Amino acid sequence: MAIQNIIKPENLVYTKSKILTDIPMHYCPGCSHGVVNKLMAEVIEEMGIQEDVIGVAPVGCAVFIYKFLDIDFQQAAHGRAPAVATAIKRLMPNKYVFTYQGDGDLAAIGTAETIHACNRGENILIIYINNGIYGMTGGQMAPTTIDGMKTATCPYGRNNEVNGYPLNITNLLAILEGTCYVTRQSVHNAGSVRKTKQAILKGFKNSMLGKGTSVIEVVSTCNSGWKMTPEQANNWMVENMFPVYPMGDLKDL
Amino acid sequence: MAKIKGAIVVNTERCKACNLCVVACPKDVIALSKEVNDKGYNFAYMQNEDACVGCAACAYVCPDACITVYKVKVEE
Repeated sequence: MAIQNIIKPENLVYTKSKILTDIPMHYCPGCSHGVVNKLMAEVIEEMGIQEDVIGVAPVGCAVFIYKFLDIDFQQAAHGRAPAVATAIKRLMPNKYVFTYQGDGDLAAIGTAETIHACNRGENILIIYINNGIYGMTGGQMAPTTIDGMKTATCPYGRNNEVNGYPLNITNLLAILEGTCYVTRQSVHNAGSVRKTKQAILKGFKNSMLGKGTSVIEVVSTCNSGWKMTPEQANNWMVENMFPVYPMGDLKDL
Repeated sequence: MAKIKGAIVVNTERCKACNLCVVACPKDVIALSKEVNDKGYNFAYMQNEDACVGCAACAYVCPDACITVYKVKVEE
C-alpha cells in the first residue's frame, strides 16, 4: 500500500497536542523534560481544561515552560512554586493548579516550601522531575545525586560519607498526612510514558476532589549533564537510578 | 487476514536527532537521515516504510513531539 494512502486524516493515531505551541523547545536533544511537557499538554487537551488550568513555572531548565504550553502560567522564585501555587489555589479554588519543578528546585532550595505545602494538604498537583543533577547550571551535584555518580562538583563520584545521602524527598512526602497521591514514574520507553500520562491525569483530577496534594516524581535523564547520549542515559538511569528511586505508587488514597 | 500498515510523518525542522525514536521502534523502521535540518540536526525519517505497523512507540518517546502517526487496516 502506498504511503500516501496511509497518511490521511481518518487514519491518524497520534499527533502533537494543540496545547503544545510551535515554539521549538529549548531542551537538549533527548531530554525527559520534553516528554513530560508533551504529556501535560495531552492531558490538558483531553480533559478540556485549557481555560481552567494555571501552572507555576520553576527556576531551572523548565523555566520557559510557559512558552511551550498554551495555558496560564506564573513564574515563581527559585523553589517557591508550591507557595505560589498555594496562593493561586486558595484564591481560585475552581482552577486546576499545578507546579512543575526539577530536583534542584523542589528538593534543594525549595525543600521547606514543598514539605509544608504538602503537609498543609494544598489541593495542587506537584510534578517533580528528578534527574539527580543541576542540569541548567552545568551539571553540579544535587541533593538527589546518587552514591558514586560523577558530576561537575564531585568528579570522582558522590561519596555519601562526605556529601551526605541522596535525598529521597518523594518518600518523605508520602508519609505526610496532607498528600493523597504520591507516585514515582519515568518516561524512558513507550510503556512508562503511558503510565506517567495516567498518573498526571489522576493528579489533575485529585486536585479538584479536595483530597490533598498529589505528587508525581518523574525519574529523568540529563544526558548533557551526565555526558552520555540520550540512549545511554536511559540505560544508565534504569541500571543505577531505579534501585535508589524505585518505580510505582507510594500512596494512593 | 487483516494486516496493519502504518506510516509516520516527522516534523523535520523540530527534530533534534536524539535517536530515541530509532531505539524505541520495534520494527527498525526509523533511522537518522544523512541530510540536516536548519539547525544542523540529522533528522529522523522512515527508512524501512513497509515494516511500519503504526504502533506509535516512536511518537510516545519523542521529547519534541515531532512525530505524527497514521495507521490503517488492510484486507488481504
